[in-house]
Amino acid sequence: MNLNLEKINGCTVLFIKEERIDAHNSGELKEAVLHLIEQGEVNIIVQLEHVRFIDSSGLGALLSGYKNAAAKSGKLALANMQRQVLSMFELTRLNRVFDIYADLNEAFDSEA
Amino acid sequence: MCNSIIQVEVIIPTQTKYLDLIGSIGEHIAKELDKFSGDREALAYHLNLVLTEATINAIKHGTLANPNETVRITINIQENELNIKVYDHGQGFDLESVPLPDFDHPKEGGMGIFFIRTLMDSVTYTRQGDCNVLEIIKYLS
Repeated sequence: MNLNLEKINGCTVLFIKEERIDAHNSGELKEAVLHLIEQGEVNIIVQLEHVRFIDSSGLGALLSGYKNAAAKSGKLALANMQRQVLSMFELTRLNRVFDIYADLNEAFDSEA
Repeated sequence: MCNSIIQVEVIIPTQTKYLDLIGSIGEHIAKELDKFSGDREALAYHLNLVLTEATINAIKHGTLANPNETVRITINIQENELNIKVYDHGQGFDLESVPLPDFDHPKEGGMGIFFIRTLMDSVTYTRQGDCNVLEIIKYLS
């Protein structure tokens, strides 16, 4: 899975450079997030601008990251979600679990 | 199925790398449905998702027994409905006993069948000969 990690404004931002998150690559995403958290990066923003499709395993991978970050008093938030992807979070009510931001600036303002 | 407008049959090895292919076929089909008057973009996503979830479900159930197994998927588009069948050769499972996700205490798994049931109009899972068939119907008008 094509992932980029950047430290911006003190936040750890994980850019997902894939159009599709499904059962083929969601395990890799889950592991990458878990690895970050184990290294002490417990406040993570996942930037989803390129993602136009997510399935149940992709939602599960992000939820796993959210729970693992929360267990270490951190937070995993989401930014730049496309409309159809957002609708999957709404359908599963996961939009009530995650903080979802329109873009990174909004995320930085809120997380600061 | 002689009255089908479009018929597609795909047979894939039980490997997750083919999910994209299967999902993409669903997305393209949504764009060919002249009669569909609803949100075509949403339907394209939903067919992509439902085919992806149904196929991974069959891969999971099929590969446990035999890693060289295949999954067969058929898509039939008729005048007023779209019919998807996904065949696996596994032990099968009881569709009716799959619970709804607990929205107040979300878990990582168990959302696949929920998506299929919520986004489509009819879902059944039956034993037919030596395989199981997940049949999914979406009415188009």
